[in-house]
Amino acid sequence: MSFVGLTRDEERRMLAGIGVARFEELLAAIPKEALCERPPAIPGPLSEIELRRLLGDWSRENHAADAVSFQGAGLYDHWIPAAVDALAGRSEFATAYTPYQAEVAQGTLTAIFEFQSLIAELTGCDVANASMYDGATAMVEAVLLARRHTGRKRVVVAGLVHPHHVAVLRTYLDPAEVTLVPEAPGLATPEEVRAVTGADVACVVYQQPDFFGLIGSPHALHALAHEAGALAVAVCDPIALALLEPPGRSPADGPRAADIVVGEAQCLGNPVSFGGPLLGFFAAHQSLLRGLPGRLAAQTVDRQGRRAFTLTLQTREQHIRREKATSNICTNQGLLALRATIYMGLLGREGMREVAELCVQKTHHAARLVQGIPGYRLPFTAPFFREFVVECPIGAREVIETGLEHGVRPGVNLGRFRPEWKNLLLVAVTEQRSRDQIERWAEALKQAGGAR
Amino acid sequence: MSAERRLLIEQGGPGHRGPALPACDVPARPLAELLPGVPLRDELRFPQVTEPEVVRHFIELSTLNHHVDRGVYPLGSCTMKHNPKINDELASLPGFAQAHPLAGDGATQGCLKVIATVQRLLAEITGFAAVTTQPAAGAHGELTGLLLIRAHHRARGEGEKRRRVIVPDSAHGTNPASVNLVGYETVVIRSGDHATVSLESLEKALDDRTAAVMLTVPNTLGLFEPQVLEVTRLAHAAGAQCYMDGANLNALVGRVRPGDLGFDVMHINVHKTFSTPHGGGGPGGGPVAVARHLEPFLPVPLAVSGPDGRLRLDWDRPQSIGRVHSFNGNFGILVRALAYILSLGPEGLREVSKMATLNANYLMRRLAGTYELPHPEPCMHEFVLSGRGLKKHGVRTLDVAKRLLDFGVHAPTVYFPLIVEEALMIEPTETETLDRLDYFAAAMERIAAEARDNPQLLRDAPHTTPVGRLDEGRAARELRLKWDPAARGAPARESATCR
Repeated sequence: MSFVGLTRDEERRMLAGIGVARFEELLAAIPKEALCERPPAIPGPLSEIELRRLLGDWSRENHAADAVSFQGAGLYDHWIPAAVDALAGRSEFATAYTPYQAEVAQGTLTAIFEFQSLIAELTGCDVANASMYDGATAMVEAVLLARRHTGRKRVVVAGLVHPHHVAVLRTYLDPAEVTLVPEAPGLATPEEVRAVTGADVACVVYQQPDFFGLIGSPHALHALAHEAGALAVAVCDPIALALLEPPGRSPADGPRAADIVVGEAQCLGNPVSFGGPLLGFFAAHQSLLRGLPGRLAAQTVDRQGRRAFTLTLQTREQHIRREKATSNICTNQGLLALRATIYMGLLGREGMREVAELCVQKTHHAARLVQGIPGYRLPFTAPFFREFVVECPIGAREVIETGLEHGVRPGVNLGRFRPEWKNLLLVAVTEQRSRDQIERWAEALKQAGGAR
Repeated sequence: MSAERRLLIEQGGPGHRGPALPACDVPARPLAELLPGVPLRDELRFPQVTEPEVVRHFIELSTLNHHVDRGVYPLGSCTMKHNPKINDELASLPGFAQAHPLAGDGATQGCLKVIATVQRLLAEITGFAAVTTQPAAGAHGELTGLLLIRAHHRARGEGEKRRRVIVPDSAHGTNPASVNLVGYETVVIRSGDHATVSLESLEKALDDRTAAVMLTVPNTLGLFEPQVLEVTRLAHAAGAQCYMDGANLNALVGRVRPGDLGFDVMHINVHKTFSTPHGGGGPGGGPVAVARHLEPFLPVPLAVSGPDGRLRLDWDRPQSIGRVHSFNGNFGILVRALAYILSLGPEGLREVSKMATLNANYLMRRLAGTYELPHPEPCMHEFVLSGRGLKKHGVRTLDVAKRLLDFGVHAPTVYFPLIVEEALMIEPTETETLDRLDYFAAAMERIAAEARDNPQLLRDAPHTTPVGRLDEGRAARELRLKWDPAARGAPARESATCR
């Protein structure tokens, strides 16, 4: 198999044009001992027919599509409208590069501008960038921005932020610079957070809803972060933001807002795809604009005065500013941001809110059902959005195994994250789940609990 | 007369909406009861537009883009090659697209096979011992690689002492930016006479404070470092690690293994060499390959084979630098890269670097008389011309780039690398036919003639694109970074020109 379009005769003509007799003469600068005599020991070539068979077989080994999913923990099985795939799959979007030549990239640039606009509206922030790799790296970049902005090092992580996000933060930072509060899982009280938020703290980071799906009261966190001269960083779910008060907006005379709002936007029209590619979003207050990581599209005009869009403030970026850049990010998640833009455009004002409300209704229906099953309980009492924790009478892992026999994946085994959580099942119920499916899920839990 | 394009927020209005959601089929309760005390938002100023209009909007936007499926895209350093369509199809198979990363190893053996195979094949192709597929892009891979190097020095008790990274002045901007991110300091060395590393400068810069030398091979001028073995030997002799920026792996694939050149770690841009589409700026993938001594530090998790032959994600890696991604890296991109590698096979991969090199040299020789060629040595997969000879006509490289757009081809990378004045960095890739190369060359030749005869034509270019040259200064001054939600339902303004 080859995608090369040159014949041997053409190759000869080209070599003659270059002025060499053999191709190998062009490789004279490469040390002889570094040139491989033989091609790499890899399989192939495979035709499309063989490739489809092989990877088709592998894909079916996942059994991903044959059970109804109640799995979440950061990535969710939301509805992806058919138009998202049809539009985002177009070559014009998929096979273009970063829009460096704006005159032939207005499609991509307009879509980025619309993405920024939608994310700014959703978060209540003044500005949003063109995307980050994922929720975890978006959160890390928010922390790095806060550290540059305040000149301080330490970071307070308040309440239950996704353990993977915290893990990535610890990789990027000196782990000693990350303070988790409280030690035990649950919502952080303002008193607990205030006790560790001193004059060396760059930012207070919290997740809303938190890793267990619980909704806290962020105003107090914003206030105490600001009292300490630190920034408030909110890690949010974009579907929840269609319903909840936007953390980046401060109402007149109201409480102060979060300075930076970031999160994972896979749920906006993107498949879970075994955890990637994902879509980080990054929004912030106007005053932080020049410290933002990543790309920004801005409106301007062309020479005929027509509205057009272009990348701007590139002097923040690595290809201009090099070691003084605000981030090293170059390639981002453009095509996923486009999918999210199409998704938000299709669902619009009404649809976004309906998805969020359906999630709330169905999640609470599931929670009501589980309360009637002997042996199971809901360990937390705070309001929850699309996800909740169930304490099982047996290991969550066994509940999941029983669920598979019933054609459901009942949730995520929290024992993966901490051994003491082994009986905790994290359950997500999106708008895609029907009443029947939720009842089948409850039945699976019942069977699993009774099988002890 | 064409109506000026409207943004989504300027279309539709109250009463318009997209596809419907199902009615709530569970007993509904008031939100105030379900979410007691939770402040809800009072408004969401999102568009209100029907599905047909959303579809038209994005279809119209799509027509405004140049893309590799439409025409030549010789953007240097970006490897804009053909993206086989089968790869996208395979990545979207339900078994892959719907696989949840926390479903457990037993339920995701197919995904783990993909990751384990990509780890193995990339290690073989690059000549390294092990690979992590977690980094989501090239720069993310650079950061990961530098963290591995930092962990190596720390493990040897030299973490505090070795904090400098030597980077040639021809390097990509991501290199010094990544160095800064891990708390290291960049030491820039000037290139030698042939725009390759000056061993003298390197030796002067190397000392017991050097953590690493970062090198792009071939370098950003498309030149292979003839002394690369000496560079890595000197660096190692000074106790430093050698990092290879793999952005230009397309020049080497199947012929030269960076591991054999003495490098300790490299990243691979799978969206370049292994043809996963660029998506208008991503997603890409930046797997990192390492020599044996750095393997213990690789990020968690790695896909490994258990004693029973079953695959699992290995978390028990006590020396690991930790996680660098929320889940498993850009898995869907890895499926595409795997499909590409398997499609080509061993000989096919060798053909890639051969034809990429042949195409670049052919174009370079053909254009050498028309534009200045500061470095006339044979190039690898790309080469750099200078437009400085056109300055006497009042024409700059930017004008050449903009005029090229009128010929239905994308402009090369311009003003990079920084060490060439008025640089035009051209990377044709192996998938362009001779016909296309000749067309591109003819366009470049015609533009050079126009620069002499009618320079204003270039300064006013482009002329046939959806919009004319943009006012970048105004964009940066006004900083309008989002739409005005009050513009809902705004009437279309008519454009000033007929097309």
